[in-house]
Amino acid sequence: MSKDIRIKKGLNINLIGEAEKITSKAVLSNVYAINLQDFHGITPKMLVKQGAEVKAGQPLFFNKDKEDMLFVSPVSGELVEVVRGARRRILTLKILADKSQEFVEHQTIVPQNASTEEIKTLLLKSGCWSFIKQRPYDIIANPDVTPKAIFISGYATSPLSADLDYILQGKEKELQAAIGALAKLTSGKVHVSVGKGSQSVLEAMSGIELHRVSGPHPAGLVGTQINKIDPINKGEVVWTVTPQDLVIIGELLLTGKYNAERIVALAGSSVKEPKYYATKIGAEIATFLYASGVNTENFRLINGDVLTGSQTTPNGYLGHYNSTVTAIPEGDDYELFGWNKPVFDKISTTRSLTFSWLTPNKKYDLNTNTNGEHRAFVVTGMYEKVFPLDIYPLQLLKACMVKDLDEMEQLGLYEVAPEDFSLTEFICISKQPHQQIIREGLDLLYKEIG
Amino acid sequence: MSLKSNLHNLREKYKGKKMAPAFNALHTFLYTPNETTHSGGHIRAVDDLKRTMNTVIMALVPVLIFGIFNAGYQHYAAVDAANGIIRQASLFGNFITWENFLMGAWTVLPLVIVSYVVGLVVEFIFAVIKGHEVEEGYLVTGMLVPLIVPIDTPLWMLAVAVVFGVVIGKEVFGGTGMNILNPALTIRAFLFFAYPTWMSGDKVWVHQAVEKAGGPDAISGETILGFLAQGKGSEMTYSVSDMFFGFIPGSVGETSTLLILLGGLFLIFTKIASWRIMVSAVAGALVMGLIFNGAAELGWIAETSKFYGLMSFEFWKHLLVGGLAFGIVYMATDPVTGSQTDKGKWIYGFFIGFISVMIRVFNPAYPEGVFLAILLMNVFAPTIDHYVVRANVNKRMKRLQASADLAGGAHGKAKELKAETV
Repeated sequence: MSKDIRIKKGLNINLIGEAEKITSKAVLSNVYAINLQDFHGITPKMLVKQGAEVKAGQPLFFNKDKEDMLFVSPVSGELVEVVRGARRRILTLKILADKSQEFVEHQTIVPQNASTEEIKTLLLKSGCWSFIKQRPYDIIANPDVTPKAIFISGYATSPLSADLDYILQGKEKELQAAIGALAKLTSGKVHVSVGKGSQSVLEAMSGIELHRVSGPHPAGLVGTQINKIDPINKGEVVWTVTPQDLVIIGELLLTGKYNAERIVALAGSSVKEPKYYATKIGAEIATFLYASGVNTENFRLINGDVLTGSQTTPNGYLGHYNSTVTAIPEGDDYELFGWNKPVFDKISTTRSLTFSWLTPNKKYDLNTNTNGEHRAFVVTGMYEKVFPLDIYPLQLLKACMVKDLDEMEQLGLYEVAPEDFSLTEFICISKQPHQQIIREGLDLLYKEIG
Repeated sequence: MSLKSNLHNLREKYKGKKMAPAFNALHTFLYTPNETTHSGGHIRAVDDLKRTMNTVIMALVPVLIFGIFNAGYQHYAAVDAANGIIRQASLFGNFITWENFLMGAWTVLPLVIVSYVVGLVVEFIFAVIKGHEVEEGYLVTGMLVPLIVPIDTPLWMLAVAVVFGVVIGKEVFGGTGMNILNPALTIRAFLFFAYPTWMSGDKVWVHQAVEKAGGPDAISGETILGFLAQGKGSEMTYSVSDMFFGFIPGSVGETSTLLILLGGLFLIFTKIASWRIMVSAVAGALVMGLIFNGAAELGWIAETSKFYGLMSFEFWKHLLVGGLAFGIVYMATDPVTGSQTDKGKWIYGFFIGFISVMIRVFNPAYPEGVFLAILLMNVFAPTIDHYVVRANVNKRMKRLQASADLAGGAHGKAKELKAETV
C-alpha cells in the first residue's frame, strides 16, 4: 500500500553538470579523514592516540555526553594526525591507509530475531549510530528516546544531487536488513518515500509505509515529507536516515563489518566529466575529482549539494553523510550594472527584468556570487511560495533571530532542520543566511530546553 | 588599469573605515559586488533589494512624467478658466506640449531633487554613524514623496519633512525593514499637520494658484473632492474620462488612474507587489462607497447636509479621483509596513480601501483620507499578522492535543519499548 504526496510549492533549480550514470572506481586514497564538523554538537573524547594502528571499524573516539556512542575509522591504517583548532578542539582525524584492509568483526544479527537492545548496542558500538539523526534539533539521535516514527527519503530533488534510484541498485538485501532493524527501534512506522514513477529498489521493501512523492524541490527533503505525513509535535521525536547510510547499516547487520564504501556523484559545471565514483567515506576528494577533470582553476568544491553542502578543497575529504560532491565556478567578480540590467542566465522567482520564468526547464550555470548585498528583511510573501511546510518561514526566522524561545517553539522550530530553509535562502532578496539562523535557533533551543 | 580594478582597489582601501558604507553605496550602483556565499547554500537567486526597488521605480516613472505634463496643463487650464475659457483636455492637442512640460518640469523636478538629495544624505549619515551598508529603501520613498505632495510645496518645507520622516519614521526604528509606518506617508503626514494651509484648501493644487489668490488674475486650484466636499459638485467641468486619464488637479502623481493601473499591473506581473492587497483595497473602497450611496439614496441624509455631496458621489468614481488608486498601488503594498501574511494582506487591504472612503466623506476640512487610512492600517498590520500567525500556532497546539489523546495504542507500545531499554 502506498500513499501519494503531491508538493506544489517549491522550485526546481536546474543546473548544468548533472552526473552521468556511469560508475568508475576511484583511485584508492592514501589518507582518509574524519571531519568532526560533520557531527554537529558532539564533543569527542579520543580512544586511541596519534600514531596508533587501527582497523576499519575500530572506534576512534566517543561522544562525551553518551559514552557508548562510538565513532569509528573508515579504513585500517595508522592514525597519523589529529588536527586541532582553537582551544585544542579536534577538527580532523587523518588515517594513513594500509595496503591490505583489516576489519573489526562484529556478530551478525538477523533483525527479526534480535531484541531492540541488541540492535541498539550493535549500532552504537559499530559506529553506525552516527547515521541516525533525530528531529527536533537535527542532531545524531539520542538512543535513550524511542522515536514515534522513522523517515527515509529515497527521492533526491536537490540540484545535482546523486540519483538515489541509481546508487541503490543491487542493495536490496542491505536495505531490507537495515529497515528491519530500524523498525524494531520505533514505536511507530518506518516511512519510506520514493519519487512517483521512479524505479526505486525501496518500493519492494517490507515492513514500511511507502509514500510516492511528486513535485518540485523540496519535495525530496525528509523535512517536507515529515510535515506532510506525520508532523512532529512538541515532545515528540522522529529519526531520519538517508538510504545510502542504510546500505552501510545493512551491510553491518549482514556481514558484521563496517564497510564505509559508497557511490558518490561528482557533479557541477566546473567538472569536465561529471559521473559517479565508488569510493569510501573520508577519502581524499582529489582521488576522483581529477579523474573527471575540472575546466577552470577558480571553482568552489562542495562536500554535498549546492544548497546544503559545506565548502572544501580538492585536498579535503568526503564527508560522513555525503553522496554528492559538487564543483561550481566561484563568482568573485564584479558585474557592471548587475542590479538593473535584464538577466537571462540566472535563476529568479520574480519577473523584475529577470527572464528565467520563460524557460523553466533550462539548465543554468550558476556561480557562488551572492548577486547583491546582505540586507534587512524587506519583501514578504515570497518564501511561502517555495516553502511547502505548514509553517510561517519569515516569522520563524525572525523568532530565531531575536531568540524568542516560546515563539520558536510555537511556530514549529521542532519540525525543521536547516536544510528545509535552503530554498528560501536561495531566493532571499535580502540575502539573509537562513540556514545559519535556523541552526543557531535549534542550538539555542537544545541548550535551553534539551 | 580598468575602472573595475581601480574601484576594487579603492574598495579594499576603504574597507573597515568609517566612510566604507558611503563608498560602497555608490560603488554597488555601478557594479554588483564580488561577494560570494559563505554560509549555508552556495548559490543565490539573482534578485536583490536594489533590483526590487528599481522595479518599483520603473512603475513610478510613467506617473512622474504624466505628473510633469499635468502640472503645466492644470496651470494653463486654470488661467484660461479664470478668463472664462473652459478647456477640453486632449492628449496630443493641448496636453503634451512643450509649454506644459517646461512649466511642469520647472516645478516638479526640484521636488524630486530635494526629496532624493535630502533623504539620501540622511541615509548616508546614519549608515556611516552606525557602520552598516546604505539600504535601498529610500530609492522608492524618495520617488514617492514628490508625487504625493501639492505642486507648490515650498522646498524648505519638503526638506524639513523629509528629514523628519526619514529620522523619526525610519532610522530610529533601525532603518529599512524595521519601520512601522510608511516613511513616505510619514513625510506627507508631517507636512499635513505642520503646514496645513499649504497642504489643503482650494488653492494649493494648481501651480501659482496661491500666489495669485485675491488678485485680479486669481485662478482656482480646487480638486474634485474639494468641490464635492463643499457641495459644489455641479460646478465641476471634469468628465469621467478626464478623471480616468488624469487631466484633473491633485497631488503631482495621483491623478492618472490609467497609468497607476498599468503600474499596478506591472508590479503584479513582476511579482514585486502583493495583488492581494490591491484587490482587497479596491473591494474595500467599493463596499464603503456603496454603503454611502445607499444611505444617500434612502434619504437618510438631507441634501443640504455637508456630507451629501461626497456620499452621493457614485461609488466607483472614488477610485478615479484623489489619491486612492495611487495609495493602493504604491503605498499600501509596501511590504515592510503592511501585513506580512497572505491572509493578513486581505484584511489589511480591505480596511485601507474601506477607511479611505470613510475619511473622505466624513472629513470636511480635508477631503482625502488615503494617507491617514494607510498609516492607521500600518499600525494595525502587526496585530492582524499576530492573529493570523496565532491561528497556525493554535493548529499546532490542537495537533499536539490530538496526539496526546491518541495515547492508547501508540503510547502503550512506546512505554513497553521504554521499559525494555531501561
